[in-house]
Amino acid sequence: MSIDKIWVVAESTDDAPSSTTLELLTEARSIGTTVEAVAWGSATSGLAGPLGEYGASTIYDVGDIGDALPGVPVAAAIATLIASGSSPDAILIPATFDGRDIAGRLSARTDLPVLTNVVGLTVEGDDVLSQHGIFGGTQVAKAHLTGKRPWIFVVRAKTFAAEPAGSGAAAVQPAAVPSELGALNTAKVLEHHVEERTGPKLDEADVVVAGGRGLGSAEDFAMVEELAKLLHGAAGASRAIVDAGWVPYSHQVGQTGKTVKPMVYVACGISGATQHLVGMKGSKNIIAINKDREAPIFSVADLGIVGDVHKVLPALIEALKAKG
Amino acid sequence: MNVVVCVKQIPDPAAPASLDPSTHNLVRDGKLILDESDSYGVEMGLQLAEQAGGGEVTLVSMAPAGETSGLRTALAMGAAKAILISDDVLAGSDALSTAKVLAKAIQRVQPDLVLAATESTDGYTGTMPVQLAELLGMPSVTFAKKVSISGSTVRVERQTEAGYDDVECPLPAVVTVTTGVVEPRYPSFKGIMAAKSKPLEQLTVSDLGLGPDEVGAAGAGQAVTEVATAADRSAGEKVVDEGDAHEHIVRFIEQLKLS
Repeated sequence: MSIDKIWVVAESTDDAPSSTTLELLTEARSIGTTVEAVAWGSATSGLAGPLGEYGASTIYDVGDIGDALPGVPVAAAIATLIASGSSPDAILIPATFDGRDIAGRLSARTDLPVLTNVVGLTVEGDDVLSQHGIFGGTQVAKAHLTGKRPWIFVVRAKTFAAEPAGSGAAAVQPAAVPSELGALNTAKVLEHHVEERTGPKLDEADVVVAGGRGLGSAEDFAMVEELAKLLHGAAGASRAIVDAGWVPYSHQVGQTGKTVKPMVYVACGISGATQHLVGMKGSKNIIAINKDREAPIFSVADLGIVGDVHKVLPALIEALKAKG
Repeated sequence: MNVVVCVKQIPDPAAPASLDPSTHNLVRDGKLILDESDSYGVEMGLQLAEQAGGGEVTLVSMAPAGETSGLRTALAMGAAKAILISDDVLAGSDALSTAKVLAKAIQRVQPDLVLAATESTDGYTGTMPVQLAELLGMPSVTFAKKVSISGSTVRVERQTEAGYDDVECPLPAVVTVTTGVVEPRYPSFKGIMAAKSKPLEQLTVSDLGLGPDEVGAAGAGQAVTEVATAADRSAGEKVVDEGDAHEHIVRFIEQLKLS
């Protein structure tokens, strides 16, 4: 059975699709012949253009889900679409907070398995093989779904490059949320809080300067922020110092945090736990500063500085300032 | 306030991990320990039960027979009892079949709240708790960085890409907690001694009324086909700082000609 129709779960803010959504639409075009998207929100009509441009011929519009978390209603709407006979061969879902909720709900609701943390997809004959970084990305496992379709894949950000197809606006078709969700759909969002950050976004910046436990204290994260600013980059963090409450989660780089692939990644006082390496190993150039010459971060660093961040960073900041 | 905490017992992450070359299942030959990610759920469950002024924490875990060391750790922290589902047919279970097994076990407890980690340290698929919620017919709030209970409602600060959301949800519900959400207590000596005599119920798949074809490798709709070493980046230049390391960094950055 050939692989024809691919659905992409399209996340968006207002009428702008997320970058991972565009990456998945681009990849979907090379897997199947028909690419369609599932979207929700109050501004979905504005998505017809941008999603169409990246290859979606149809948008299934779940509509405004109000103050519900997306997981339950979006998964239920997709399950209803599948049951109505328009099932795709595969569904690609971004590995985000809401994407993972949607995937889990959809999997259990349809009794279909799901493969998560996908970092590559290849078509081999009539099969789709997914790649997964395991053991901190030191090994790559290839997996496939052996049961009935649709196959559900949850794909990490920046796995594919987004390229427009140049196609026209997508057709929009309503996809109703079933009314009998009962207790399932009772989690309500009361308020959104945005953690302000200045400068470029962590996952889009050309330069990322990240700090870890080696900084010694929350106050010393200021050095990381200052260096990031001087290099017109974004400040990131290891899980250790996010867990310790030094910086908000939005700074976290790694398996549970953001995947970044900047031109330059500067790791300051980060030992390089596998959980962290997964999120930054794809950087084009890596500079690491760490006191411990055996720190695993040095195994991926193009330039490794064995030294104290409290000495190296101030000197570096001064030198960059002097150059203007 | 009765809380179920789903806990996973995993190979020590500090020991090198490997996959069985023929089955591609994770090799679990060393002693399994409590996944550190789950210690936050255990601590959270204990605190919420204490704050509610009563109730207890029940641990639910799926692991090969006799693997109780991680459960004893969580019991020593203060959980009241544990249910361990062990069965040879469970080998090779995927996240969905794990959720089916845990759902059946949790239904026996009828908890007010089910807690789990956002993802395990070893498999980190991160979908099991939500699959579990769907099977239990419960709402779920994932990625909680703060949890409180008032009456029959759970209030959560849920991590988002941009910051966090205040989310409210009626009980019973499934909540997944991020690491760092609370400071897990260390088991006291008294706790460790007490844990040895706490009830630990061992169940099989048929005890739960599940068929052997619904779980394990037979029920898993996915398979690993191949494992290869990743194209790895190699270490570059290493410089020991003698007061001039910043100059190396400046030169390195300059030759990249960033705009």
